[in-house]
Amino acid sequence: MLYRETGQFKTSYVADQAIFPIRQDRYLAAAALVLAYVAVPILGTEYWLLTIMIPFLVFTLAAIGLNILTGYAGQLSLGTGGFMAVGAFATYKITTSFPGLNIVVVFVLAGIITALVGVMFGWPSLRIKGFYLAVATLASQFFLIWMFNKFPWFNNYTASGVISAPPRAVFGHFFVTGAEANPVNKYLFVLTVVVVMAFIAKNLVRGRVGRSWMAMRDMDIAAEIIGIRPLQTKLLAFAISSFYCGISGAMWAFIYTGGVEALAFDIDRSFQILFMIIIGGLGSILGSFLGAAFIVLLPIWLENVPRLLGVNIPVNYISNTQSMVFGALIVFFLIVEPRGLARLWQIGKEKLRMWPFPY
Amino acid sequence: MKLQKLCCVVLGVAAFGFGMAAENAMAQNEQFIPRLVYRTGPYAPNGIPFADGYGDYLDMINARDGGVGGVKITNEECETNYNNDKGVECYERLKNHAPTGASLVDPLSTGITYALIERATADKIPVVSMGYGRADASYGSVFPYVFTYPTTYWDGADTIITYIANQEGGVDKLKGKKIALVYHDSAYGKEPIPTLDKLSAADGFTFLKFAVSPPGIDQKATWLQIRQQRPDYVLMWGWGVMNSTAIKEAAAVGYPMNHFIGVWWSGAEPDVVPAGDSAKGYKAAQITGVGRDFPVIKDILRYVYGSGKTGHTTADKVGEVLYNRGVANAMYDIEALRIAQARYGNKPLTGEQMRWGLEHLDLTPQRIAAMGGTNLLQPVKISCADHEGGGSVRITQWDGKAFHPVSDWIKPHQDMIRDMYKESALAYAKEKNITPRDCSQISEAR
Repeated sequence: MLYRETGQFKTSYVADQAIFPIRQDRYLAAAALVLAYVAVPILGTEYWLLTIMIPFLVFTLAAIGLNILTGYAGQLSLGTGGFMAVGAFATYKITTSFPGLNIVVVFVLAGIITALVGVMFGWPSLRIKGFYLAVATLASQFFLIWMFNKFPWFNNYTASGVISAPPRAVFGHFFVTGAEANPVNKYLFVLTVVVVMAFIAKNLVRGRVGRSWMAMRDMDIAAEIIGIRPLQTKLLAFAISSFYCGISGAMWAFIYTGGVEALAFDIDRSFQILFMIIIGGLGSILGSFLGAAFIVLLPIWLENVPRLLGVNIPVNYISNTQSMVFGALIVFFLIVEPRGLARLWQIGKEKLRMWPFPY
Repeated sequence: MKLQKLCCVVLGVAAFGFGMAAENAMAQNEQFIPRLVYRTGPYAPNGIPFADGYGDYLDMINARDGGVGGVKITNEECETNYNNDKGVECYERLKNHAPTGASLVDPLSTGITYALIERATADKIPVVSMGYGRADASYGSVFPYVFTYPTTYWDGADTIITYIANQEGGVDKLKGKKIALVYHDSAYGKEPIPTLDKLSAADGFTFLKFAVSPPGIDQKATWLQIRQQRPDYVLMWGWGVMNSTAIKEAAAVGYPMNHFIGVWWSGAEPDVVPAGDSAKGYKAAQITGVGRDFPVIKDILRYVYGSGKTGHTTADKVGEVLYNRGVANAMYDIEALRIAQARYGNKPLTGEQMRWGLEHLDLTPQRIAAMGGTNLLQPVKISCADHEGGGSVRITQWDGKAFHPVSDWIKPHQDMIRDMYKESALAYAKEKNITPRDCSQISEAR
């Protein structure tokens, strides 16, 4: 009943092609935006904004990036961490070389540089597929991190190899990087970037480009026969995916931690993001949000539960228990719904459509 | 099924409310210290004794003296796993703890120190990175909230080279020698490189670098290269399982242990014991005293472990190298708190007030004796411009049972290193648009 679209007539192509064709979805999306833009900044404490919401959003962006490549275009990649590192170091080099350049422009330039690097490493995808491609992208992961560690030019010859974010404003005094920046400013900026980029991604995957990606994913030979060029399609997927990952890495370094070493983007990071899209749902933008929420928020929540209960448990027990519970939950969700949390939501919607009179 | 779900929700909400209430009910006459520890993961063997020592000293102070100036010391541990992101999360979670927020933070990780320097400065919470962290933060004009006493990695590299020169019979004998550095490929391991580069140019030795990617369980290739290149000395900047692995691998390629010198974070029992007899002769620099022969350690045994009481660890672990370093870290922190209380009164102090105490920390040998830490702590004198305080380093050697000193306290070449701090810190200030404080204008009375 809640999701019954009876009576919602579409009288134009525009209405039929809307992102949210059902009215209830539109309301939900609007409510989520209001919640994110109004309620969270007002109600959220500094701890919530800085250490929960911002990493969640940054990871969401990386997950969308990887989902474009792996979920939509079917190219398995383990190089996400490396591409995030490219974004972070490119941002650092650009903004320290040209301090006057607006940070938004810097982020976009860093994204473009990451896209080029992504295309370079995506080239072999024309010949190698599946697990072999995963290994090839794994090489990019190790190569990129090694490169940033090896050549001090990338970190402006600092002793420790740590790049740290200088204070930069989007406009006027709206600082988004540096320690003095207001947490609300940081949050709103990250949120806006993620909302805009998620919107673009959603439209991309619904359009011609996305359809050609999915055709390539489902059967590349058939796709080629119906006139989709594998070279352009695959490389475009690598470029756009890397662009997203690059901006995500830049925001991780500049807005979330404020200072990172290349180690922050090691292979663990790539796996973390891969798990996000597997748990959230391959080939789903919503799934990227859900997966990031699951991987980022759940461990923090699990760690805080004993403290909130007022029970004093030594940290090592909490930490080990958290790993076990987290692992068990991943297994549980994959058994219950191998197609991810996004699919679970879809099933829930179907059920709500009939509720309370299922047949 | 539905009822169960409802129960879960109700329980969760109740738990939340209960937790909040518990927090508010806390007593007000307390000084809170957040503790970033790691008791799990590849760095746990080294993280645990340090955390235990720190915690036991606080317990001892509360039990013996009833806190500091009548103010009870409270603390809460947060597991960081030696992971920078989790360190930031822990810091943010604990920094506003009742009643006055975090008085200071000891990250026990160079990476986390780097991640916290700017945040903590903005929050006005001092970062005490005792013998780790960002070396150039010793230049207090640019880093008012960061303290690096008693010494830094740059000093550490310098003093170890001085020790090698003494062994060889003079600095001029270093010419043509090969000295290698095996380092944890992170901010931590890279810290000594600029100093060693500079010294190799000045003294004429060849400096070889061997990066070990964290956590450092696989070092076969590194040590094969070392066997080929045959450096005269190998220095190590390692942590966690990397240390014991390196010592085992060094033994496997037959590298002479007495020419293998670790920094103070690579010279504790968990590093040498797994290597067994082959670790005998291994040397390590130390910045704090080793052993149990200190009045303060005896006090801990009496007040924390005496008559059926249990501390953070078992009594036989008291006095281990890293345990003692945890105690020393807590002693410096508590002494700074005393100094701050002398100025601001015996009440819970804010981070800003603690900073004043840290900046006026003046540990004379007499004061250290009164604290029961002669030879455990080093005398330091902190000032506005110098947040390092002029500590020294001594080399110790493992004999299969304990580390014994094989050198006197070696003073670093402070003129050279302080110039390096200043140059590097001013470059940082320029990048960040920070105007350095003018320390000549800040009078003692303020």
